[in-house]
Amino acid sequence: MDLIEGHAPLAPSDDIPVLDIDPYEEAVLADPFPYYAQLRETGPVVFIPRYQVLAVGRYEETKATFSDHENFVSSRGIGFNDFKLEKPWRPPSIILEADPPDHTKTRRVMSKALSPKVVRGLMDDFRSTAEEVVDGLLERSEIEGVVDLAEAFPTRVFPRAVGMRDVHARHLVDYGAIVFNAVGPDNALRRGAMARAPEVAAWINAACARDRLTGEGLGALVYKAADAGEITPDEAAMLVRSFLSAGVDTTVTGIGNALWCFSQNPDQWEALKADPSLARPAFEEVLRITSPVHTFLRTANVDTEIAGHPVPESAKVLCVLGAANMDPDKWGDPEAFRIDRRPVGHMAFGAGIHGCVGQNIARGELEALLTVMADKVARIEPAGEAVWRPNNAIRALDRLPLKLIPK
Amino acid sequence: MKVTYIQPDGSEQTVEAKPGDSVMQAAIAANVPGIVAECGGSMACATCHVYVDDAWTSRTGTRSESEEDMLDCAMSEMKDSSRLSCQLRLTDEMDGLTVHIPEEQF
Ligand code: FES
Repeated sequence: MDLIEGHAPLAPSDDIPVLDIDPYEEAVLADPFPYYAQLRETGPVVFIPRYQVLAVGRYEETKATFSDHENFVSSRGIGFNDFKLEKPWRPPSIILEADPPDHTKTRRVMSKALSPKVVRGLMDDFRSTAEEVVDGLLERSEIEGVVDLAEAFPTRVFPRAVGMRDVHARHLVDYGAIVFNAVGPDNALRRGAMARAPEVAAWINAACARDRLTGEGLGALVYKAADAGEITPDEAAMLVRSFLSAGVDTTVTGIGNALWCFSQNPDQWEALKADPSLARPAFEEVLRITSPVHTFLRTANVDTEIAGHPVPESAKVLCVLGAANMDPDKWGDPEAFRIDRRPVGHMAFGAGIHGCVGQNIARGELEALLTVMADKVARIEPAGEAVWRPNNAIRALDRLPLKLIPK
Repeated sequence: MKVTYIQPDGSEQTVEAKPGDSVMQAAIAANVPGIVAECGGSMACATCHVYVDDAWTSRTGTRSESEEDMLDCAMSEMKDSSRLSCQLRLTDEMDGLTVHIPEEQF
């Protein structure tokens, strides 16, 4: 069988509407909102001929498909490659790219390591580091929001939280971007990522070894689960790798996107300063409106259906989380950035058993940073054009020139 | 049908709900403070933790193993009456259900 983008060719049922576009074109990745609207309007599920995949973008169908782990599995890859038919570029993640019962075991270990209780213990460090970083930036007339703040904060707190002895900020940020570009089709972004992968992945794998971690921290908690026999030592190393693929670049993106939202909506910054307890709900709204993970795929593991349309076994389905998060049927006025919206049920962290296991720590980091900034920063103003950085799964900024006006 | 939420300070709020809703959804729809439910019901955040009132524990069923694992991660102490309200689905015989909201959710 000739594979298309590493998966089986798909002859969709006639009743599924066709959307003849390339969602991975760089112009679309840079400004995906027209595509999101087109996807939702075309149908509850559509066929994209170029890649021979199905796609969902309305809230209900996206949520239903994404969280239906029995029919739409993750173990065959959350990108275009079907791991059943083609060897993946790295050993599959034993949590992201796994199904129950294997997934249940690793998920339990990670949930415990990233629990609200554990995150509470990290908050003091998050807050004091946020103060240091923000104080340093307030002395400058202008900053580059991505490097100076969005990257600077997580690359200081997160490796410490994990207990890493080795820190290489660039590799840590880039590893996530590589992993996320790899879930896309075979385009320039994926090829570029694959070219850098050997060097960065080798560094990451070495940094995950037990003797490269302190006895404190999230990494040690995972290795203790191995000592207790819940997982094997090799599995522990794989799970520590997951912290690094999923926990750095994503948070960098979340912070950059938050700064962008506030720089575009000064009234909402005023609202946050007036009530800093809105820091957490504000982050939820940032996540909803910017969807840092815009698309992951699922694979039909049996003949099944979406919204009454037949879906054959081995079909790949793009679950466009960014489109679901902007569905007017769900959100009413999706374009409005309102920090008091409390968008419970947004899809930015996924849904179901694969919902982001690190979401509590991400919220802790953002809560600390936004609270400190609300206390010290009078205004966040654009100081030039914000430029988005195309990625096959992530919607992140490349450059964000800002002025931070101190209180 | 009705569900009553009791805050740690003793104040009460009774909200209208329908069978099939989760106790979390009913709280969010009525803006009940203390049910944060940040993950939207995916059992990934433990910020929807409640204690079922003693009078009701016989009618709320048992928690699953994965729910119990997540409760173990919650900020406030897990007790026998602990549930994730996103996993607690209302049935007709739960009309009048009373749950207690813990001190802290995150
Ligand atoms: S809403 Fe997150 S665990 Fe219930």
